Amino acid sequence: MSTPVDIDQSRQGLGGVLLTLLAYAVALLMFFPLFWMLLTAFKTEQTAVSLVPQLFFTPTLDSFREAMAQGSTYNHYAWNSLVTAVGSTLIGLVLTIPAAYAMAFYPNKRTDFTLVWMVSTKFIPAVGVLIPIFLVYRSLGLLDTRFGLLMLYTAMNLPIMVWMVYSYFRDIPKDIIEAADIDGAGVLQTMVRVILPLALPGLASTALLVTILAWNESFWSIMVTNHEASTLAAFIASFRSAEGLYWAKLSAGSVLAVAPIVVLGWCAQRQMVRGLTFGAVK
Amino acid sequence: MKTQTAHAGTVAPAGVAARPRRGRIRGSHHTHRTTVRWLLAPAVIFLLVWMLVPLAMTFYYSFENYNLMMPMDRGFAGILNYQLLFDDPIFWAALGNTLVLVFFSLILTVGFGLALALLFNRTFPLRGVARTLAVAPFFVMPVVAGLIWKNMLMHPVYGLFAWAFRSLGLEPIDWLAQYPMSSVVIMITWMWTPFALLVLLTGLQSLPEDQLEAVRLDGANRWQEFRYIVLPHLGQVIYVVLMLESIFFLTSFAEIYTTTSGGPGTATTNLPYYIYLNAFFQYDIGTSSAGAIAAVVLANVFAIFLIRFVSGNLNAGANR
Repeated sequence: MSTPVDIDQSRQGLGGVLLTLLAYAVALLMFFPLFWMLLTAFKTEQTAVSLVPQLFFTPTLDSFREAMAQGSTYNHYAWNSLVTAVGSTLIGLVLTIPAAYAMAFYPNKRTDFTLVWMVSTKFIPAVGVLIPIFLVYRSLGLLDTRFGLLMLYTAMNLPIMVWMVYSYFRDIPKDIIEAADIDGAGVLQTMVRVILPLALPGLASTALLVTILAWNESFWSIMVTNHEASTLAAFIASFRSAEGLYWAKLSAGSVLAVAPIVVLGWCAQRQMVRGLTFGAVK
Repeated sequence: MKTQTAHAGTVAPAGVAARPRRGRIRGSHHTHRTTVRWLLAPAVIFLLVWMLVPLAMTFYYSFENYNLMMPMDRGFAGILNYQLLFDDPIFWAALGNTLVLVFFSLILTVGFGLALALLFNRTFPLRGVARTLAVAPFFVMPVVAGLIWKNMLMHPVYGLFAWAFRSLGLEPIDWLAQYPMSSVVIMITWMWTPFALLVLLTGLQSLPEDQLEAVRLDGANRWQEFRYIVLPHLGQVIYVVLMLESIFFLTSFAEIYTTTSGGPGTATTNLPYYIYLNAFFQYDIGTSSAGAIAAVVLANVFAIFLIRFVSGNLNAGANR
């Protein structure tokens, strides 16, 4: 992060101290629900649902053990989440890199239109395409398959990926391409040997952002999967009707599903802003 | 699909060959153009197949008589589905709920987001830690967020809020039953304020320092500083946040699915949830497709502004 402009530099003092305390209070308040979930994950099912919330208790790892036990249903869903999130990111990169490369370095009359068209598909609400996708998937046997879900995630993230990778490619000086051109390197050769290494940090942050988005996605997972290809999001959503039951188990499962993403998200804050605002705010 | 690709690849370049090219890279020969087309094709075709073709099919179904329970009874329905949709009071309730949800969530997330961004833009000890804690909710998957709030905080018996009310000698509130829409808005605000905070903070950090210095030397007070320097600078950023969030809020589903299931009654049934119920519980493909088209139209009202902004951004980039 760059050094921020400090609006209040000349006016610290008591007001400044109060504002600082307010900032701490807000931070704790925002984080509190997550802290409470973390705490519940270490409780037994009995202490998790008590009329007086237990702040001090003997922590137990039972819920975590149960979730991570070999061959547990939890592991099945976690594996599905991993396969669909990482798989859709990889397929997305394979589709994105050539497209963004072509648009960034060999633009023609229709490039602007193509790019804006691609971005605009992101604004089609998922429900707008839900019914045909469900029916087509059903007749093709793609319902409840990891492949079917993975392709939906790729489509969902492709506009963001193209836009981000395009913007990273545009930051690369054009002279480099022209030099490679004069040296007689082909388009593909230039892309793979010259441009990809230069854009690697940008590609990595793009991949990180869309992996997070795919991991957290729940709409499609709830709609087109049942058990075989369900992700953690769909599995956790299935707890929605358990009134006062399995809170510890739900919390432990949620902590495992959320913690890695929160950590990755913290690392990728800046790229997330850039990606989600389509480069409007960097 | 394969044959179509080949078709586009072989025929199209001939069509543009005669036109002068506005390419950035001079001196590249004809083969480049063909290669470029091939590089672009997979992504374009993928989006066509997975987004535009289904959208066209939804549009087609919305004029069809099509119920999965009566597969024999299909045919052109004219505008019947739309008539049924507009005669359905639940549709109007869902539309109203959608707009209420979007409106209040926008006000709250942008309001709080702006306040927090100003708060966290100061230098103070442990700022990084505090900021990190404050933005954490944004990275939590919506289904988890929904269930934490529904179970551990808002549950009328075992929830933390219920305990707090009892401790104060008050009657606990059954949040999701008594104030369903407010509860959903509260949850969404918790999840999305960090997004507004992150984006606005990034915007604040690109504030021109010299302008601030100048008005300070002129003796501007803190409010004037905010009103005349910070807010105009942030205007564009706030606009982007508003547009993006409205598109996300229009399509809220997981938050409602995991907490209120659209109820009680239709109190929190928004457009996506309404379409889901119609399609998966009434098996009415025709009418739910008409509903889906209504949702797309609504999203487009917001998206048009955003797309205009994005393409404006594009041209600004091209002039660099």
